[in-house]
Amino acid sequence: MNKMEIKFDALSQNEAFARLAVSGFILYKNPGINDMEDVKMAVSEAVTNSIIHGYNDGGVVRIYCELNGNELMVMVEDHGKGIEDIALARKPLYTTRPQEERSGMGFTIMEAFMDRIIVESEKGKGTKITMYKELK
Amino acid sequence: MKIDSNITGNTIVVNLFGDVDHHSTDIIKNHIYKNLTPDIKNMIINLEGVEFMDSSGIGMILGRYKEMSEKMGTVSVTGIRGNMERIYTLSGLYRIIKSYDTVDEAIEAVKAQAGVYK
Ligand SMILES: Nc1ncnc2c1ncn2[C@@H]1O[C@H](COP(=O)(O)OP(=O)(O)OP(=O)(O)O)[C@@H](O)[C@H]1O
Ligand SMILES: [Mg+2]
Repeated sequence: MNKMEIKFDALSQNEAFARLAVSGFILYKNPGINDMEDVKMAVSEAVTNSIIHGYNDGGVVRIYCELNGNELMVMVEDHGKGIEDIALARKPLYTTRPQEERSGMGFTIMEAFMDRIIVESEKGKGTKITMYKELK
Repeated sequence: MKIDSNITGNTIVVNLFGDVDHHSTDIIKNHIYKNLTPDIKNMIINLEGVEFMDSSGIGMILGRYKEMSEKMGTVSVTGIRGNMERIYTLSGLYRIIKSYDTVDEAIEAVKAQAGVYK
């Protein structure tokens, strides 16, 4: 097992860093270009959600990854405001910020690009997204 | 992220380069607002130079579509491929925003709508 952890300020300029950090972590496994791109996409969605929805004015986003053989686990965690209704939030096109040009596709994209995702959240405490993908 | 644009007649071609994410969508919107004049009726968003785009890009394109539609204008995209194409399909954007391989093809299509392209 190999693991990695990073913490960074919930600022939009760190979104690119987060995607590249996770894709860099799995690089030694020689994953296909598709897997690399899929992981970047899912990480970007989860991290952007923590920055936009989790925190209003600043906070810290934590990413924790594990590689067990070829199975990647990525956890994206914030201590922001949490999600009231997780089932509703995961529905395609559902967004609480339509006035900000959000399309409500983040969770749908994470589900489509990773093998499995687990959403844990508590109002006022924060949100933890755990995603799994078998690298090919 | 880098961005430039050029205007021919009543069509603006917006060329995007690099990553289109939540961080860069504000930069893109500001550039478009600065260059968009009331007489521009067609917008072609060229993604040929884009290396990464997530749902923030989908929201940004949808936002431009809504604004152009309000003034009876059009929005089309070019250079969509790979995962960009997957999220374009997944979000249903392909049903309302036309996609072309190249900017030239998109311009031809705009011209074909009689009288819109001068
Ligand atoms: N980390 C989070 N903290 C609090 N609320 C969240 C978090 N992540 C998601 N949500 C809630 O779940 C909703 C759906 O998230 P999703 O990513 O699917 O769509 P979106 O972020 O609104 O739009 P898009 O991802 O297309 O830009 C959000 O609108 C928000 O209300
Ligand atoms: Mg989102």
